[in-house]
Amino acid sequence: MSTFSDTVRELEARLRDLEATARKTGQNLDTIISPLRAEVEKYRAQQSKTEASPSESTETPRWERVKLARTPGRPTALDYVERLCTEFHELHGDRKFGDDPALIGGPARWQGRPVMLLLQQKGRDTKSKIKRRFGSANPEGYRKAVRLMNLADRFGLPVVSLIDTQGAYPGLEAEERGQGWAIAESILRMVQLRVPAVCVVIGEGGSGGALAVGVGNRVLIQENAWYSVISPEGAASIIWKDATKAPLAAEALKLTAPDLLELGIVEEVVPEPAGGAHTDMDLAAELLGPVISRHLDELGKLSPEELKAQRAARFRALGAFTES
Amino acid sequence: MALDRFFRRRRPQQQASTDAPELWTQCPACKETLYNRDLDTNAFVCPKCGHHLRLDAQRRIHVLIDHDSFRQLSGHLHPTDPLNFQDTEAYTARLSRAQEKTGRPDAIMTGTGSILGVPVTVAVMDFAFSGGSMGSVVGEEITRAAEHAAQAGLPLVIVSASGGARMQESALSLMQMAKTTVAIEALAEKGLPYISILSDPTTGGVTASFATIADVILAEPGALIGFAGPRVIQQTIRQNLPEGFQRSEFLLEHGMVDDVVDRREQRQYIASLLGLLMKRAVSA
Repeated sequence: MSTFSDTVRELEARLRDLEATARKTGQNLDTIISPLRAEVEKYRAQQSKTEASPSESTETPRWERVKLARTPGRPTALDYVERLCTEFHELHGDRKFGDDPALIGGPARWQGRPVMLLLQQKGRDTKSKIKRRFGSANPEGYRKAVRLMNLADRFGLPVVSLIDTQGAYPGLEAEERGQGWAIAESILRMVQLRVPAVCVVIGEGGSGGALAVGVGNRVLIQENAWYSVISPEGAASIIWKDATKAPLAAEALKLTAPDLLELGIVEEVVPEPAGGAHTDMDLAAELLGPVISRHLDELGKLSPEELKAQRAARFRALGAFTES
Repeated sequence: MALDRFFRRRRPQQQASTDAPELWTQCPACKETLYNRDLDTNAFVCPKCGHHLRLDAQRRIHVLIDHDSFRQLSGHLHPTDPLNFQDTEAYTARLSRAQEKTGRPDAIMTGTGSILGVPVTVAVMDFAFSGGSMGSVVGEEITRAAEHAAQAGLPLVIVSASGGARMQESALSLMQMAKTTVAIEALAEKGLPYISILSDPTTGGVTASFATIADVILAEPGALIGFAGPRVIQQTIRQNLPEGFQRSEFLLEHGMVDDVVDRREQRQYIASLLGLLMKRAVSA
């Protein structure tokens, strides 16, 4: 299992690679490098604090899960697709502005069944991680998702979405192009689907950026994935003005798979290999594939109207309040 | 005239110890001290500089809906603490404080009424309650308002003012984005119009759900509207943000809102627009 210092080392290595790439190619990678450098500094600060005085804030049970969800080498969406799908045709672009490599998709065969894939793809090495902005999509990613859902409806393809993002990309251009609008339109399009939709959080499920492709008839989560309204770091920055308190925020947010099952947010927790999905990618895929197939088979028995109504009723029922 | 100037100059210094604070308000933009009665007759728009002051739910209804036509639907739902959320303070304590401050159970008020005689279902958010954040109650009230509109054959008007989804209900808050969308979709299926007014500020999960899937999206002048907060964006890109970034006028320029409408003209605008859209909906 990865320890805290592994995380720091991994980040530092990534940073060094990036800086080298920037130097070699003369490319301006500041938008990628700066946040990463900030992250490294943050972790270093946390590390030195931990070493100085071990406090409850650095290690909590839920934080352990968050770390597992972020472990280097954890299978990405494409790792599952390669193991479980044939004939994946990645269809690019939103036909409006551009192509987003953080949210990709297209038709494929999922263990033999024709489906439409929506994948949040983080990247597997430094270069592809940068290209894919670590899985944080821009508006054109969500607009591509809408386009692919249009195709899915037209051709009766069930939608399978694999969610893995810390959140939608918080960039200046993303805002200019209507990040909030794009997410809302994707949520709406998913509400309208007349085909089955099965969504699985396979790593990080951060906020609206995750929900945009998370409005399924069934929503599942892997054992060591998290799903929350805000990342633990984001919550800690708001609550304590200190992102290094993220382990405490993780506890408060109740963001783990068992928490979400208890809250009724997900139908099922998909098991991972002992120690986490990264320890055995093939086994992780073997555990995930049939679960999605089973849900697709069950949902296949419903009519288009029933599918839309079931999905609407599922989300209509979520919330906790009292009535006087 | 002389007396008036005398008071205007004196007032700001007296604010801390004033015995009648409800009489005066300082414009947050131009710092002019304004007589509340003048603000009231001007839809809480600063008569000096045109700044649109933030409104609580009660005042929003007051400036938008024909007087004496409002019938409240909301008020029976109360937030709970499903996660037992504890940070520097318990969520329940925060809720009690916000309830005491605003006199309402959560950050929303809904009902029916008319705008210049045109009947509508209306939902207004209250930024004064926990930053207008959307938890289960806000999501449910928006949903019920949309369902009421669909059932009664009324158009829906929502005025947003929100920092986004409520952190203290975590994933349950997030799910309200999908739930409210389900209700808006059902309303759209009935062919009924939905007008969304974005007021200062509208960000996060509200911008990324019901507020931006309306048939017509209007923004109040100078309102902060966006998905990510400016501070988060600045931390990400490490550059200064351009002037006017994420303000209504910026969004109009980028094609994200249908128009920026002065609060004093909103009633006329909406009544006229609904007259056109509802005629279509009925004849279709």
